[in-house]
Amino acid sequence: MEFFKNRTGFRFMAQRRRWYAVSAALLLASLLLVAFRGLNLGIDFTGGVVLELSFPQEADLDQVRGALATAGHADAAVQSFGTSREVLVRLLPKEGEDTAAVGQDVLGALQSFEPGVQLRRTEVVGAQIGAELAEQGALAALFAFLMILAYVAIRFQWKLAIGSIVAALHDPILVLGFFAATQLTFDLATLAAILAVVGYSLNDTIVVFDRIRERFVMTRKGAPAEIIDLAINDTLSRTLMTSVTTLIAVVSLLVFAGDTLAGFAIALFIGVLVGTYSSIFVASSVALDLKLTARDLMPAQREKGAVDDMP
Amino acid sequence: MHTYPAWRLWLVAVVVAAALLLALPNVFGDAPALHLSRDDRAAFTDQTQAAVTSILEQKGIPVDAAWLEGDRLVMRFDDVTQQLQARDAIKAAAPLEYLIALSQAPRMPGWMRALGLKPMSLGLDLRGGVYFLYEVDVAGAVKQLIDSMERDYRTLLRNERIPFTSIAPVGTDGVKIELRSGADVPRVTEALRKLDPLLTLQEERLGEIGSVTVRLTPDQIKQRQDFAIQQNITTLRNRVDELGVTEPIVARQGVDRITVQLPGVQDPNEALRVLGATATLEFRLVDDQNDAAEAARLGRAPLGSRLYQTREGSPVLLKREVIASGEQLVDASSGFSEGQPAVHVKLDARGAAQMLDTTRENLGRPMAVVFIEKKRITETDPCNGVRSGSECTEEEVISVATIRGVFSSNFQITGLMAGEARELALLLRAGSLAAPLYIVEQRTVGPSLGQDNVEAGFKALLIGLLGMFIFLGIYYRRFGLVACVVLFMNMVLLTALMSLLQATLSLPGIAGIVLTVGMAADANILIYERIREELRNGMSPHAAINAGFDKAFSAIADSNITTLIAGIVLFTFGTGPVRGFAVTLCLGILTSLFSAILGSRGLIHLIWGRRRKLEALPV
Repeated sequence: MEFFKNRTGFRFMAQRRRWYAVSAALLLASLLLVAFRGLNLGIDFTGGVVLELSFPQEADLDQVRGALATAGHADAAVQSFGTSREVLVRLLPKEGEDTAAVGQDVLGALQSFEPGVQLRRTEVVGAQIGAELAEQGALAALFAFLMILAYVAIRFQWKLAIGSIVAALHDPILVLGFFAATQLTFDLATLAAILAVVGYSLNDTIVVFDRIRERFVMTRKGAPAEIIDLAINDTLSRTLMTSVTTLIAVVSLLVFAGDTLAGFAIALFIGVLVGTYSSIFVASSVALDLKLTARDLMPAQREKGAVDDMP
Repeated sequence: MHTYPAWRLWLVAVVVAAALLLALPNVFGDAPALHLSRDDRAAFTDQTQAAVTSILEQKGIPVDAAWLEGDRLVMRFDDVTQQLQARDAIKAAAPLEYLIALSQAPRMPGWMRALGLKPMSLGLDLRGGVYFLYEVDVAGAVKQLIDSMERDYRTLLRNERIPFTSIAPVGTDGVKIELRSGADVPRVTEALRKLDPLLTLQEERLGEIGSVTVRLTPDQIKQRQDFAIQQNITTLRNRVDELGVTEPIVARQGVDRITVQLPGVQDPNEALRVLGATATLEFRLVDDQNDAAEAARLGRAPLGSRLYQTREGSPVLLKREVIASGEQLVDASSGFSEGQPAVHVKLDARGAAQMLDTTRENLGRPMAVVFIEKKRITETDPCNGVRSGSECTEEEVISVATIRGVFSSNFQITGLMAGEARELALLLRAGSLAAPLYIVEQRTVGPSLGQDNVEAGFKALLIGLLGMFIFLGIYYRRFGLVACVVLFMNMVLLTALMSLLQATLSLPGIAGIVLTVGMAADANILIYERIREELRNGMSPHAAINAGFDKAFSAIADSNITTLIAGIVLFTFGTGPVRGFAVTLCLGILTSLFSAILGSRGLIHLIWGRRRKLEALPV
């Protein structure tokens, strides 16, 4: 089986303005959504208390809310989680409250009308920790970008490095936009997924770049745009194939791994789609617009990498 | 026909064989078990093991397997019912000898254990348990040091017979000694220097009177803070051990934080109370010269005394000097004395000497035991003691007894409830906290959720893998099947590596595995696409295989290294779920590089590489 029976000859570079417009529109929408609608941050970042409760039979959410309000937690967010018997309660941190005791407090309030209720999971995060985790996450992302930029610049060329970074920034921003639009909870696991998306997107982009380098070295003649088109077409079936296999795994996570990983899996799903798109339509176009030429990728530069001589 | 170095085939064969062995313990899963340690903290021996086994034999409870692990005895059972029966039987037969913890033990056969093989360790989200992140109040640690300096100086000046008007802390880093006469200043300085030559002293004379101020240097403060954190970690470890938790983790995190992970613990509140408790004891003489009721009415104690309350609420005056305190205890255990719950304590040499002197000089006079507990409270909570910021120190006299004989290191304290006596003994034994701890993060996962997470995670992994196998098989035909074998090999390698490094597998970790499986497939896809391309370009099958592997290599290396960089950064900066994900991602990239480049090529060489006539490749 093959996606494309014959060699494909899509002219991606000629149409790049159109794809720039598409990306720009999506980026702008995402940024506006994140700025104005905001992310629905989980307690990992805001601090607070999350309780996962298991009821012996279907839980009446209104009754749960009522019991919590009586116990002095009128601001509690109550939703069902996974099945209708599981309930997720989320409380925001209060000034000067002993957050560690809140869990028992809530459980007590609920057991008063439903003695069979069980605490499956509690998470208590101090507000200060939340802020630190957010800062740490941002720092990790920034640092990862810088390291990757350096690696690609050394192994390839700075114009390609810029292209890969543009693509690698483009993808998580769209995923963030998606999370802002859907108001799905954004927690530490989602952040990990977003960083994985950066890794995936780079992976895809680097494979294309590797072929661009090879084509430039092999084909001494021809306009850069044509050569880049050839390289993208060369790798097109691999790009799609890898997306499909990764998506099979991600969808399996989404469907079977339970609600705890749902946010993670959704972020990966969107990220893989966007990453595939950006490595085909965005990364190389940016390098071309930075006036990438054959001279930038002369063999002299290539032989520096000793790893190439392995098997 | 093409050649491929034989040593590479051997390398792959040896690595895969070793990996299969290392990964094997994971196949057997866990069974319910009991972890027993001896209450006197001596190591388990074959004799003690035999004693326990005979208890169970008498009751007819079958033990699936039993072995010694460090100082502990581990007994594995077929099901939870037997596990609980066994616990109850041991508790009934020898109530005070053993600490028994309910836990899980790997079901693997004994020879694997003898080889030192271990299955992967599961994170709290997969096995259930509690996670705490404590912040150490380092300012509190310095304050404690200042307090003890104040006490020491009081004793010192009294021993040197230098009259003083007051000794009190100044600011957060000093103690000021105000003297009756300025002429005593040099004597005080000398005495202080003798106590500690490194002190920073500040002398002051104002006419008749004078004062000496002792200040801590920034270095001393930092040292004290580091000491406090280290001491707290040690104390927390001891307390965790006392709780009988198996495989606990207590570790410093960052500058002033400590993480505690207790797998299998179901009730976070019990653990929280024991771990965070700051209960300790002080022994003081009762001031029987003055009237306690009078002092209580006036609201202030006479000079040299302090006003306390007993548990029943009646006032009592105690001398300011402390004979001995909780820090000087070397051992404590709970028991009964004349039908009353009691704590048997043993003092260290210094405490014993002081106790000996005091009891000898004060025969027939009353002595009191003060129970001190520090709690963290909010503005609105009541505090029956001294409030300082959000900290409430409650002190109460638990017993007043007449000194009937001279004693030094060993004695017992009564006046507590049975539960309190047990907990106090535990706390005294584990050592006190050098600085108050505050909880800043707490996560609890129930055992049923942990089980659900394991099942869901592995189900997702299996189905994802299966889906990928089917797809690869259809798309690349027989080469696709080779890719499936290679992907499976990658899973084995990853499992082996995780088991070998004892890296913790968490739910995000399973997600990381799923993702690396996707990326491991990518390496194969790159190679096969390249082979197809070379075949299309008219290369012979053998040449196409070689060219495919060679030309795909740089793309595979570069793409995996960039992802590896992202993974390492995640691991370095991340905590909790991010880290769990990063571990499997990084290890997965390493194993997939090995399996795709060496494993896949070796397999293809073995199947197709040695055929002389190869018309077409099933790719």
